Amino acid sequence: MSSGMPMPGGGTTVLGAPEIARALTRIAHEILERNKGGDDLVLLGIPTRGLPLARRLAERLADVEPTLDVDSLVGELDITMYRDDLHRHPTRTIGSTTLPSGGIDDKIVVLVDDVLFSGRTIRAALDAIKDLGRPRAVQLAALVDRGHRELPIRPDYVGKNLPTSTSERVQVRLAEVDGDDAVTISQPGAAEVAR
Amino acid sequence: MKHLLSTADLDRAGAVHVLDTAAEMAATQAREIKKLPTLRGRTVVNLFFEDSTRTRISFETAAKRLSADVINFSAKGSSVSKGESLKDTALTLQAMGADGIVVRHHASGAPHLLATAGWVDASVVNAGDGTHQHPTQALLDAFTIRRHLAGRGAAGAGASLDARSGVGLDLTGLHVAVVGDVLHSRVARSNVQLLTTLGARVTLVAPPTLVPVGVEAWPCAVSYDLDATLADSPDAVMMLRVQRERMSAAGGGFFPSPLEYSRLFGLDARRLATLADHAIVMHPGPMNRGLEISAEAADSVRSVIVEQVANGVAVRMAVLYLTLATKES
Repeated sequence: MSSGMPMPGGGTTVLGAPEIARALTRIAHEILERNKGGDDLVLLGIPTRGLPLARRLAERLADVEPTLDVDSLVGELDITMYRDDLHRHPTRTIGSTTLPSGGIDDKIVVLVDDVLFSGRTIRAALDAIKDLGRPRAVQLAALVDRGHRELPIRPDYVGKNLPTSTSERVQVRLAEVDGDDAVTISQPGAAEVAR
Repeated sequence: MKHLLSTADLDRAGAVHVLDTAAEMAATQAREIKKLPTLRGRTVVNLFFEDSTRTRISFETAAKRLSADVINFSAKGSSVSKGESLKDTALTLQAMGADGIVVRHHASGAPHLLATAGWVDASVVNAGDGTHQHPTQALLDAFTIRRHLAGRGAAGAGASLDARSGVGLDLTGLHVAVVGDVLHSRVARSNVQLLTTLGARVTLVAPPTLVPVGVEAWPCAVSYDLDATLADSPDAVMMLRVQRERMSAAGGGFFPSPLEYSRLFGLDARRLATLADHAIVMHPGPMNRGLEISAEAADSVRSVIVEQVANGVAVRMAVLYLTLATKES
């Protein structure tokens, strides 16, 4: 959802690194609580920033339940080829999709994304999952839910609900991708490039 | 990328991007459900004025795997045999709402004309024109070479690879020998350009009669001696088909006899044994077994000829995705 361009000095920071860490820890516990343990769990991160989030969640799950192995929990789900707006944008680069060795059949798949907005990314992800196998259940974890849903999709686990206006920009920065951890909100300014 | 007409249109970054996209497409082709919804509602016309089996089937498979609607048009049995011009055929396709046109034509430059004359809005992909270009073949050859040889440690022919082997890399430092009927080969022309763009060194090997005029301007070396080139231990050896249908009757004076050609320029078991351990053997197909390539070479573990066909589908999916998924003005 967020662009790869760093915004120097742009916006208000709403979550810092400690808040993001606490939110992920809470989500990890909620996932284990809701699913009565970590058996049959698969975390699929949606590139770009969903993937490091999925990995961080998996590390926390493995901390709580030492029988779990991070590498066999985490996968990557690229949804580019399932988007419904391909013809409206310049050509998007296709990312890679890699599933954990156990696949997703009869597993509980937790989709992990950074920002939940219109829900269209998740719609595409559900289509992509359907072509990859038949999980027992699919759940959704998002670090930020900024509202303005355009489809009947709701998250199961949310790091933070951020009431926003549609014109505002929410950006998630993660150390693995951007060098530091932060969630910022900014008003589109003159230098802003249309998403 | 609106059209793909020639490998000369691609710079190194652009070519690597096409190959990386092809790698992701190839990864999806190992799944149980191979079909992707990406080009749903788009129409691709395969416009073939020249006989072709594998290229047409490959493009058709690629388009269908991306959920595009495919219309096959071959000149035989169409109004072209009644004398319709390329322009009128193009206007008909435009009226039917084609989004992409994959064209093979016996005249060099026909795809360029189709793309630039203003007859159609569709994206045009060159599937081989005369003795000019066959860009998707060169891309699939480069993809195959990269997958086996780029960033190679101890791997090489027969090593365990997945679809994403070599992603992000170019072909710097590799040496590719292209052997045979260069004169009639659009595959050779496309490959010389693309492989050089990607950083590989290309040596053409052919009898002097089958080397085109003006080859000294191409960015490659030319040799008349296959054994000497093989002694230079190329990383990949690409055998070209002797295109007898383009030579006038019985060899047309390009070489004295098929046996002599085979002795001097054929890849036989002896020459196969002199290749480096990691070297791969390629052929764009269809093969003349016993003429330019022996059965031992075609069926050896070094041969990646069948894999080239599979990679062809992935590369064509990538090209269709990059030309058709967006509407560029």
